Amino acid sequence: MVLSAADKANVKAVWEKAGGNVGKYGGEALDRTFLSFPTTKTYFPHMDLTPGSADIMAHGKKVADALTLAVGHMDDLPGALSKLSDLHAYKLRVDPVNFKLLSHCLLVTLACHLGGDFTPAAHASLDKFLSSVSTVLTSKYR
Amino acid sequence: MVHMTDAEKKLVTTMWGKLDVDAAGAETLGRVLVVYPWTQRFFGHFGDLSSACAVMDNPKVQAHGKKVLHSLGDGLKHLDDLKHFYAALSELHCDKLHVDPENFRLLGNVLVCVMSRHLGAEFTPQVQAAYQKVVAGVANALAHKYH
Repeated sequence: MVLSAADKANVKAVWEKAGGNVGKYGGEALDRTFLSFPTTKTYFPHMDLTPGSADIMAHGKKVADALTLAVGHMDDLPGALSKLSDLHAYKLRVDPVNFKLLSHCLLVTLACHLGGDFTPAAHASLDKFLSSVSTVLTSKYR
Repeated sequence: MVHMTDAEKKLVTTMWGKLDVDAAGAETLGRVLVVYPWTQRFFGHFGDLSSACAVMDNPKVQAHGKKVLHSLGDGLKHLDDLKHFYAALSELHCDKLHVDPENFRLLGNVLVCVMSRHLGAEFTPQVQAAYQKVVAGVANALAHKYH
């Protein structure tokens, strides 16, 4: 799967629209993931998973910052995300199925807050982008 | 069978009441065809699906989307008995339409995105969680008669 020029433009546009809220959206996406897909909580026994907790908000910001980095390097995701890829492969070892669940909840969060800006074309591009990021993060698993 | 509390069932019904089901149906099916273009394999007879605009404006897509979502709405009255309620539709999708059940999961998740877009802040994480149970239940029910 390749990100076209149009995909990259769509993703950048959405990320700009989200602006300073991306950290908050990251936290909300995690809230949604833990509530809708409780099995995802098994990776966070060390965190307070009450919806909206400080732990979730902090982790959401971490995730959002990593995605912002990815948005800025869509021409070289494997390079930009190499350290995170190592982390997920050798330390965190999050089962690949979970990336789809978080990605879905990120889309739901963006749809919730961006309304009309979450066009079908933007939706498609974002889905492809998140899928590409997920592929890179699981690329060193075996 | 979906395991939902009474509170969740109430949330589901209340939120459904706020939705323009016709518009949401058309948008949901349209987005499935745009975001997952391989799903267009089932709709060769629908005419122009050549671009996102063509898909979203296609009257056959809109009409079929409405049909699908009204059926889902009917299912909301049978959350304790989805497999039985969708038995005939399940057989149809297997024997006549030959639709991979994975497509029901794709549509369910796109519906959740569409509801989020339409309902905004009211589509809270709790509402989403209830609807994820609904769409999973419906997808499983529609897959139940496959052989």
